Parts: sequence; structure tokens; C-alpha cells
Amino acid sequence: MARVEAEVGKPKGGLMNWIDARFPFTKTMKYHVTEYYASKNLNIWYVFGVLSFVVLIIQIVTGIFLTMNYKPSATEAFASVEYIMRDVEWGWLIRYMHSTGASFFFVVVYLHMFRAMLYGSYQKPRELIWIIGMLILLVLMAEAFAGYLLPWGQMSYWGAQVIISLFGAIPVVGDGLVEYIRGDYSISDITLNRFFALHVIALPLALVGLVFVHIVALHEVGSNNPDGVEIKQKKDENGVPLDGVAFHPYHTSKDLVAIIIFLMVFSAVVFFAPEMGGFFLEHANFDPANPGVTPEHIAPVWYFTPYYAILRAVPDKFWGFFLFGVSVILPMFLPWLDRCRVRSIRYRGWMYKTALTLFVISFVLLGWLGLQPAEGIYVTLTRIATVVYFAFFLLMPYYTSIDKTKPVPERVIYNA
Amino acid sequence: MLRRELTRGLAAAGLVLFCASGFAAGAKVELESADIDPGNVNSLQRGAGNFMNYCSGCHSAQYVRYSTIGKHLELSDEDMIENLMFNAEKTFETININMQAESAERWFGVQPPDLSLLARSRGADYIYSFLKGFYVDPDHPNGTNNTVLAGTAMPHVLWEKQGFQRAVFTEETIDGVTRSTFDRFEPYIPGELDAEAYDEFVRDTTNFLVYIAEPIRSERIQLGIWVMIYLLIFFIVALMLKKEIWKDVK
Repeated sequence: MARVEAEVGKPKGGLMNWIDARFPFTKTMKYHVTEYYASKNLNIWYVFGVLSFVVLIIQIVTGIFLTMNYKPSATEAFASVEYIMRDVEWGWLIRYMHSTGASFFFVVVYLHMFRAMLYGSYQKPRELIWIIGMLILLVLMAEAFAGYLLPWGQMSYWGAQVIISLFGAIPVVGDGLVEYIRGDYSISDITLNRFFALHVIALPLALVGLVFVHIVALHEVGSNNPDGVEIKQKKDENGVPLDGVAFHPYHTSKDLVAIIIFLMVFSAVVFFAPEMGGFFLEHANFDPANPGVTPEHIAPVWYFTPYYAILRAVPDKFWGFFLFGVSVILPMFLPWLDRCRVRSIRYRGWMYKTALTLFVISFVLLGWLGLQPAEGIYVTLTRIATVVYFAFFLLMPYYTSIDKTKPVPERVIYNA
Repeated sequence: MLRRELTRGLAAAGLVLFCASGFAAGAKVELESADIDPGNVNSLQRGAGNFMNYCSGCHSAQYVRYSTIGKHLELSDEDMIENLMFNAEKTFETININMQAESAERWFGVQPPDLSLLARSRGADYIYSFLKGFYVDPDHPNGTNNTVLAGTAMPHVLWEKQGFQRAVFTEETIDGVTRSTFDRFEPYIPGELDAEAYDEFVRDTTNFLVYIAEPIRSERIQLGIWVMIYLLIFFIVALMLKKEIWKDVK
């Protein structure tokens, strides 16, 4: 990258000139990198976008190498994963990076989304970025779900069995739909093959496409900042925002520091705790899939548990599934549910601050509850947390319109 | 019945490992800490011997190669061929058994599971407690039962070593339901080893099972330290670079 940019800065030589006459290379570089201005006061919350991108690259690269050795067959899948872990050169590292990457993908994406909620990044004119982002989340969920079946362990098998059978709750078409998804009367070799196809080509393709569109949309309107101030409104004589600094080299050098810190955390898990106490690699998944033995306790991986808890909060199968679906889709409407004109939490009133705090507590609590057996006090807690989760969104038009806000400054606050 | 018990035992063990909250519905017996030392090559070598002598008659470890064991446990090919490879010709072979699945099911009612990954699915403490948990039970077909995995089809293979013990249960009636809870073991017929030596024997075996579940474990930790050092240096450089670039921004 660095060399390419150095070239861009120079007067056009023969080759660059030749390329630029045929492809908008210099123009694109300027637009997206060297002359893309983002606020100089972006804080730690703003690194999770680039970190999501780093994880995407890790997943794609390690995924390619896993695919070279993995066998998508019910009789061979489990053994081929162990073959990767034991006999393939560096196979264990590639596999641990991929399994750890899956969990970290959700860590950084959830934090990235929380950033948007902190600073109102979904508000006008960034509604489309938010919607595309939500689509990315949905595809990512499908990608993770499909990928989890591939090791063909007990949790792979029974997790998929439980989640797919949920679609059976849909009236009339439910049962047919479940069969259509599985391609069989139960989870089988056929299911494994199609999930493999979805996991290694269909969904990643959609993911990369959506990420591309996400960034194009972002660069069209510009990045938000912790003050929620539109930096494009105050420009110098050259048309450069007064509070903006170029993505490269300013934000890239800052991001590099963040990426290294992230890689340290990531490596700590990969090298010292790849199972992460059963949260990243579930213990039961070290038993090969066995359709004859149902585990007593089937829990999805941690990143799905908030939604799984909501599903179980309702005693009725259909309404549980309905709420589950709505809870996943609901954040998509944030740009229209939020009636406040002030973006940043820094200048919002106590109501939004309280609501957001309660929302975070309920989300984390639901995540934990989704791992517990659905009985006793857990059920009560799950129901309370579910109500809080939905209230945050559904009451938002009300509390954001009456909330008392503070005056927003003209320029961003920056202390060098 | 057996299958149900098995499932329940496995699920209970999984739960204990999984949430450690002790809320598990079926977890009745507290597991004893295995207290293994994965870095102790002597313990692993003894464990390998124990495994090949007492376990590998019925249990395979089909993903584990003798050559891998030799490399990590500092054993020469001759050592292995003489002391470990009772059922293999070449060192690159994996640990397999000759027992047919059908015969196994006829003899035990269930096929003895492959042990390659047992330590990762159940945990070291489970294996350690299980191997110490056999007691005399005349109601059970093979004469023994197990506190960790009630109704296990596995006979007390290590009886020569441990001897036989009896289990004392306490009965408690709550709301008209009588439950018996395991209380303690009592010595019955002594074996070759005293209690302490048997613990060591089982600990070595457990250590070996933990090792074969993830042979690259120590390699991964060692490499991890270098990776962290590298990233730390890279971090300092990147931080200096960032400071240099940002110094003019006001």
C-alpha cells in the first residue's frame, strides 16, 4: 500500500500515466484514501470498522487454506478437521485463527454498531450505511451459522437441528421450508454439502459485496465523529474540511496502532486459549456428530445467544420465533425510530443515555441467559430483559422526541 | 436405558465444564482436580505406557500417530516399537484397535469410544475422576459401576492396580422423592498400588489423554510468546510512527 501511495504523490511517470488513461487509479486512490477526510477527533470507538475489515481478511485467507484440506462429507468432515489440526503443516494455526476469527468478527461488529448508537451515526444522511451494515450483520449471522455445521461435531449437528427446525413454526409453509433448507428429513450429508457451498462461496461473496457498498456509501457522505458535527460544513479555501485529516497517512497510522493492539488480543486467544473456556469452541463439539444421541443441553455459540434467549422467552413456538426474527431485524429501523436531531450521546439528554445503558445491559444479560437452561429464575430474567430490549426500540420515537438536549458545538472538540 | 444414562452422564459433564456454575441438572458427583503437569515428559511417557497397556485393547485414538507421540515425548522409534506399538507396524500409523464394532457391541452393549479427543470434550478432571470412580456393584452386569458415569459399560480395567472399592451413598427424601447421593469410597480389596500410587498412575494416564487431544499444545504456547513479543515491538514502532505523523495536527 505505502509504495503505491508514494507513487500516487509523484508527478505522473510513464506507467502511471498509461494506467490512469485506462483506469481511474490515481483518482480512486485520492477519493478513497489520500484525500478522504475524516474528523481528527475520532476516538477508540472508531477503530472497530477497520478491525471488522481486518477480521474479514483473516477469515477469507484462513478459510481458503482450510478449504484446501477440509472434506464436506458427513463421513469425513470431522476427521478432516482433526487432520488439519494434527497433520497439515500449520493447520492448527489456520484453524484456530478461523475459529477465533468467527467470534472476534461478532465482537468487533457488535462494538462497531454500538459506536453508531453512541454517536448517532445512523442518522440522516447515513441511513443507508446503517441499513447496509444491518444486511452485513444478517449475512454474517448466516455465514457463521453455516460455518458452524462444517466441523460436524455434536454441537454443529444439534445446533443446526434446533435452529433450522425453528422455521417449522411458520404456519402452513413451515414444515416444507424446513425440509427445503435441510434438503433431507434430518440434518445429513446433503445439508452439510449445501452449507459448505453457502459458507465458502455464496455468503462470502454477498458479504464482500455488501462491505464494498458499505464503504462506498460511507465515503459519499463522510464519516461521523464523536461530536456528531458535520465537518463538511466548515471547509478551507481548498475545499478541505477544517476539522478533517486525510485517511492516509493520518487515520491509517492511527488504525495501524489499533490493528496491532487487536492482533495482540486475537493472538492471545489463538495461542493461549483457543477454546476460550468453551465459548469459542464448545467442548461438546469435540464429539463427532451423532444423530442417535441428543445432548441434554444445546446452546448456540455466544454471539447468537441474545437472540436465542429472546426466542425462548416466549412459551409459544410461533411467537417465540416471531420475536426472535423481529429482534434481529428491529435495529434496521433505528434511523426512523430516533426522532432526536442531536446525534452524539455527548449532547443528548438523560433519557437516551439511560435507555442506551439499559439496552446494553439487557443485550449482555440476554447473551448470558441464552447459555443457561430455560428454567426457574432464568426464564423470568429473560422475559424482563426481552421487554427492555424491545422497549428500547419501540419507545424510542417517544423518549427521543421529548428528551432535553444540550447545544451542539460548531466545530469538533479536539485536544492535541 | 444404557444410552440414556450415557447421554445424561456426558451432558452433565459437558455442562459442568461449560458453565461451571454447578447448576447442571444431572451433575451429582463433584469432579476431583486432575492436577496434571502437561510439561512433564516423564509423566507423559508413563501415561503413554499405561494407555497402550490398559486402554488401547478396546479404545482407539484414531487421529493420533505414533510418530507424533515419539517426537513430543522424546521416544526413539525403537522405544516405541518395543514398548508402545503392540498393534502397529509403522511409526506413522495411528492408534487403532482390532476389535470389530459388532463384536464390541455384543460384548459391551456399546462400542468403546475413540479417545483422541476425550480430554477436549470432557476435560481432564472428568477422566481423572472417572478412572478413580469404579466401585463394586453386584446389580451391574460386569460387577462394577462408576460414580462419574453411572451405568457405564466399561469394566474396571485397572482393578489389578487399584483393587476394588465400595461406594457409600446417603439417601435423602425431599418432597417424597428419595435420592441417593454419593458420599465416599471405602476400601474393599486392595490392589498392587496404594491409594497415592494409584492417583499418580491415573494422573499420568490423564496427562497423556490430554496430550493426545491436542499434541501441538505446548508448541502453540511457545510460538504464542514469540508472536506477542513481535507484536509488542511492532506496536512501539507503530505508535512512534503515529505520533510523528500526528504531531502537526492541531
